[in-house]
Amino acid sequence: MEHKNYKAINKSVRKKDSMQLLLGKPVYTQDIAPQGALVVKLLRSPYANAVVETIDTKVAKLVPGIEAIYTWEDVPSQRFAIAGQTYPEPSPYDRLIIDRHVRYAGDVVAIIAADSEKAALKAMKLIKVGYRQLEAVLDFHQALDNPVLVHPEDDWFPPMEVGGNAKRNLVAHEDSGDGDVDEVIADCEEVLQNSYHMRSFNQAMMETFRTYTQLDRYGRLHVISSTQIVFHVRRILSNALGIPKSQIRVEKPRIGGGFGAKQTAVCEVYPAFVTLKTGKPAMLIYTREECQIAGSPRHEMEITVRLGADRDGHIRGLDLYTLSNTGAYGEHGPTTVGLTGHKSIPMYTGGLQAHRFHYDVVYTNTVPGGAYRGYGATQGIFALESAVNELAEKLGIDPTALREQNMLKEGMVMPAYYGETANACALDRCMARCKELFGWDEKYPVRDMGNGKVRAAGVAMAMQGSCISSLDVGSATVKLADDGTFNLIIGAADMGTGCDTILAQMVAECMDCTVDDVAVFGADTDVSPYDSGSYASSTTYITGKAVEKACSELKTKLCAIAAGMLGCDKEELYFENGKVCRIGSDQTVSLAQISVKEQLNNDIAAVATASHASPVSPPPYMVGMVEIELDKGTGQVKILDYVAVVDCGIAINPALARIQAEGGIVQGIGHTLFENVTADRHGSPIENSFMQYKIPTRLDMGRLHVEFENSYEPTGPFGAKSIGEIVINTPAPAIAHAIYRATGVWHRELPITPEKILMSMPDER
Amino acid sequence: MEIKVKLNGKTVSASIDADLLLIDFLRDHGCYSVKRGCETSNCGLCTVLMDGVPVLSCSVLAARADGHEILTLEGLQEEASEFIGFIADQGADQCGFCNPGFVMNTIALLRENPDPTDDEIRAFLAGNLCRCSGYEGQLRGIRNFLSSRKG
Repeated sequence: MEHKNYKAINKSVRKKDSMQLLLGKPVYTQDIAPQGALVVKLLRSPYANAVVETIDTKVAKLVPGIEAIYTWEDVPSQRFAIAGQTYPEPSPYDRLIIDRHVRYAGDVVAIIAADSEKAALKAMKLIKVGYRQLEAVLDFHQALDNPVLVHPEDDWFPPMEVGGNAKRNLVAHEDSGDGDVDEVIADCEEVLQNSYHMRSFNQAMMETFRTYTQLDRYGRLHVISSTQIVFHVRRILSNALGIPKSQIRVEKPRIGGGFGAKQTAVCEVYPAFVTLKTGKPAMLIYTREECQIAGSPRHEMEITVRLGADRDGHIRGLDLYTLSNTGAYGEHGPTTVGLTGHKSIPMYTGGLQAHRFHYDVVYTNTVPGGAYRGYGATQGIFALESAVNELAEKLGIDPTALREQNMLKEGMVMPAYYGETANACALDRCMARCKELFGWDEKYPVRDMGNGKVRAAGVAMAMQGSCISSLDVGSATVKLADDGTFNLIIGAADMGTGCDTILAQMVAECMDCTVDDVAVFGADTDVSPYDSGSYASSTTYITGKAVEKACSELKTKLCAIAAGMLGCDKEELYFENGKVCRIGSDQTVSLAQISVKEQLNNDIAAVATASHASPVSPPPYMVGMVEIELDKGTGQVKILDYVAVVDCGIAINPALARIQAEGGIVQGIGHTLFENVTADRHGSPIENSFMQYKIPTRLDMGRLHVEFENSYEPTGPFGAKSIGEIVINTPAPAIAHAIYRATGVWHRELPITPEKILMSMPDER
Repeated sequence: MEIKVKLNGKTVSASIDADLLLIDFLRDHGCYSVKRGCETSNCGLCTVLMDGVPVLSCSVLAARADGHEILTLEGLQEEASEFIGFIADQGADQCGFCNPGFVMNTIALLRENPDPTDDEIRAFLAGNLCRCSGYEGQLRGIRNFLSSRKG
């Protein structure tokens, strides 16, 4: 492992926007949008599958203050996808801005634009819609080859071949593997097969979806949106509205949380359409209810694990089949599913002789899924880690020892992970350290507290990626400012995670300046260099490397300017300690001097832009352990302690990395224990508010303890990998394990509510 | 209807609809720190002080503020500045959208109980949701502030 004395890297500096955020300054979309924009509201279908036979807006339009009401008759007829992905997108082009055929309860039927919210809501009630209800497919087990088609239309279009067929309700299908898994499993002494079900949990970011649109001073469409993906939004709007990308500018201000939700252009097209039609500024702010019933939640999945092992604990064969429910539209459907296998099976590379991973992604008439932190790995790891815990309990082997026997170790080639080599892998050290911190040997045995309560422990491992390999592009522009400081301009989106700050730390490290000397701007499609956006755990690893490259190129340019000043050859100069130095002399040129020269009779721009992509996606690793106290009388589970040890390579900012881990763990605790999603008879989530959808409060998460085991990833910036997503993956299998230890019952469906626990223990009461 | 409110130290007179919520009145009067995170009084983002007591401004009619004193974070910048640096040092501000409500309620907590235990902090702030931080960093920040105050 490489050790360096960094000046700005691996330091817990404050986030650059901290004071603005903590003092409540107006920095979000709704705060900076000018007053007087049209208020946009959406009329949504109450039915899961229906055709709008008639729609009468005449009376609604008479409401004072109504600017316009648009229906399916008014919108362009070309289909598009709203998933924020690199073109050509794996997600099918299956949407219209408004479709006459509504595919889920919540699908848009009309766009209302008014000068006040009151007027818009009043008009909404006065729109008369005649629906022809159709039979709906609500159960994703029944979707494939169901005679009821969610997308019967002939213009359904996949930009990329992913094995889908709309005439079978199939969005994607794949079958992959290594070796003959059937033969290996047939030869195993223990075979375990179970299915694990995870529901469509909601990101529940505090700031709901929102977008402001106006025509700028050149008459172009200017979009200010709470988004993780400014460049993808520009393309999506171009596709949806049928106008050239050159006529669209998308920028993001501060974002009130994303967690993947804002990797889909959930709401941008509606106000953009209004502005395009009326020429007037427009703003759409989703209610919390809209977020819950028509956002872009995690894909509901059922994963069947077939695991073959010997009685000594050697895991030899793994066969995963994932059935994923993409809902009414295919956003991220073909891609989230891949992670269920690709980001779980490799953890057992150690002794694995064969594996198979196959999946089907199906349409149903329910809320479309999207990207949510973990992106399929969360579901896959819940399934596989639960299965491994079940194996350990069945064989009577300590589950940590079982993992140590089978886990991936540094230097191994991972057949289940595109043949990549684990160049930086501290998974074994994470396990050892986590056991020590948690006190595994003392806490693993079940302890009856004598008051109807039982204490028990559970464990799980996790991995993720650090980008989409050979696909994601990160870019950075670094330029010398007037006074010898720097500007960093990026297209990645800081959604609160602190990427503006950690990327500035990298500039500070490269250019020998302070973090305060780096002003960051992002993201704006007119200004920023191209970046895929902030998702797939890629910003630190990919955009970070682009920052390193840009700094290196800038140094060359600074030397060239300084050569002119010194009247020497630029090859005689090098950049060190924040200034340009001449070999074999004590001559130096300061950045301040160069910045003066830059503006005086100069023909070399002191600016550099670099892009980066990576052929590999090095996984971060993690071990999580939980101690619970379970009340046998009520089924209530209380988290006492959650200990996690993470290998994210080198943490660029340990404080921010730690908060990522703590926040991810608490989200994981939420969807494991409280965050229920049940459907009404139209397939719409009953838990449509924070009253019913219970995300954890600070009374629900026990004591968290997070530590890091460093590894050094040679392809990452300063040895870094990723942190943002992996952290949500351990709670579900670890808590399910602890609940089994306390009750003797495996829960294979999330969330594991007190009711389910109590009902599962009939003999105990 | 006409109301007169003492908002962040200044008297504001306004003609309002009877059903206007306090949160919307405040945002209309430039108090953009007041955020809406839900419609069901569950998230705590819109917390302001009414006559010194924390209230959810999404659940109070603006008319109810008539004749009362309202403080938002815009009016408490100095008091907030005493401790928010400690939150920032933990990186616990994160996306920031919940920060104003959380900071307002922390101010209320510290006015009422200048030396709270960890459990008292958790209990007082239980109604302030945060989806980013996992809460632990916010607690460390407040704890570090309290320790620094003791010298």
